[in-house]
Amino acid sequence: MPDGPGLELLRGEIDADAPGAVLATSYEKERAALIVDPDRIVEVLTWLRDTPGQGYRFLSSLHVADYLPAEPRFGVHYELLNRERVERLRVKAMLPAEGPEIDSVTDLFPTANFQEREAFDFFGVVFHGHPELTRILLPEDYVGWPQRRDFPVGGEPVTFTYSEERYG
Amino acid sequence: MADLTADLVADRTTEMMTVNIGPHHPATHGVLRLVVDLEGEVVRDLKPVIGYVHTGIEKSCEDKSYWKVIPFVERMDYVSYFFQMEAYCGAVERLIGLEIPPRAKYLRTIFLELNRIHSHLVWLGTTALDLGAISMLWYCFRERDRILDLFEMATGQRMHTRYFQVGGVIEDIPVGFEEKCRSFVHDMPIRVGQYEALLDRNEVFLQRTKGVGIVSHERLLDLGVTGPLLRAAGDPWDLRKAFDYLAYPEMDFKIPVGTVGDNYDRYRVRVAEMVESTKIIGQALEALPGGPFIAEDRKYVLPPRSELSTSMESLIHHFKLVTEGFRVDPGEIYYAIEGPRGELGCFVLADGSSKPARVHFRDPSFVNLQSFADMAKDSYVADMICSLGMLDPILGGVDR
Repeated sequence: MPDGPGLELLRGEIDADAPGAVLATSYEKERAALIVDPDRIVEVLTWLRDTPGQGYRFLSSLHVADYLPAEPRFGVHYELLNRERVERLRVKAMLPAEGPEIDSVTDLFPTANFQEREAFDFFGVVFHGHPELTRILLPEDYVGWPQRRDFPVGGEPVTFTYSEERYG
Repeated sequence: MADLTADLVADRTTEMMTVNIGPHHPATHGVLRLVVDLEGEVVRDLKPVIGYVHTGIEKSCEDKSYWKVIPFVERMDYVSYFFQMEAYCGAVERLIGLEIPPRAKYLRTIFLELNRIHSHLVWLGTTALDLGAISMLWYCFRERDRILDLFEMATGQRMHTRYFQVGGVIEDIPVGFEEKCRSFVHDMPIRVGQYEALLDRNEVFLQRTKGVGIVSHERLLDLGVTGPLLRAAGDPWDLRKAFDYLAYPEMDFKIPVGTVGDNYDRYRVRVAEMVESTKIIGQALEALPGGPFIAEDRKYVLPPRSELSTSMESLIHHFKLVTEGFRVDPGEIYYAIEGPRGELGCFVLADGSSKPARVHFRDPSFVNLQSFADMAKDSYVADMICSLGMLDPILGGVDR
């Protein structure tokens, strides 16, 4: 993991090549994170992957978290891994509550295919340029985005109605 | 073997046909549906359709206090439950900055490696069964039963043991466990030798696996494939060596790798991993330190039962932990370990309450499944079944 100063150096280097793309940095629990302008996510990830000396070529995980009371509300997390230096780096793009959308990174990292579909399935985050953005785990005709924090647990009607009808 | 990349349509005896397989059959590694484009008997394209056993575990976790989440996550990948527990508990421990005692680290390492052997045995038995080697299933499940006996002895449960806790393990191993475990560690490499004797010179097995299902190393990395599948392609990437967690830095073990990355290499890598795992268990048993098996921090860890009748403070802690659970300051963490199928990551988001705001698992089966189309393309339907077995997806983990 880049340490605190290393993260600031990294930010400086990105700023030199792509001014304004990195909005903030965070370093906590020994984990480094870059908070990136969602419109420029592909630019930053390409830079991190292809710039000599960086080489964050492996996308470990792509997932979304819902920070409900906060605005922007959704955070798309890209867990990058540099296998040569054994360093992890989290890139985070924050999206608004209304119509969260971001560019797909499937061209850069084909592994993001299923994971972006999963994020779409559960949070309704739209990934532009994804080859096949459909629901992946839920049924195709499902309505709603169940992993959002304001979606109630137990919001599904129970299909076993025998006891209900019999005992009220 | 015939070159299957050539176009067969030209001879006008075959035509393209889309066939739906499943949800269930592909030798029933789980409820997986495949939509396959066939040209005669040759697979030209395929699409896995998943979600048939989706149970919303990640959502359910948001409604449970931190310590009650553990049994939920165990039920995702139901063959490697100790790994799920470690990924989750390790993530929460790092979030609250709780150091676990050395004995707990060693005990966890022992159980993780036992679980790895158990998982590989299930894989070997079922995959060999796919290829027609029925007797392998019984031999593998015989050894698997010994591991389950060990789990039962230490934890009271054969599967879904809920043994790991935030801060350590729930209780110490019982008297006689070490001896029984040592005898298993002694026997297991001999058993693996017997499996190899059954399969390695079996002409049917060799013809069915050698040169089948090759995906280039570059493509595997692009698809995010990790674990034995990546190592079979000659890449010695193993999180147990790369990152420092549990007792692995003190262990002496090798990372088996393959050469070409065909199904035979995948089989060889996993079988060799079983032997390496027994080495780790043996070393961990030898060096098992004394001392507490769970952290002493009463804010997060239940006090011992004996203290409850004498100490008011312990009673309060016990009451608070059992009713509300502990609170975790806002923060987020991604913690990944080497599961039997590759990188098993757990993302936990804490919002300051006693329940996690988000628990997400980066399940290796889910990510690895994306490489299946590449593995099965331009091969026979029968080889597709073999490749699926060698991919070793656990659909409970894929669908969560």
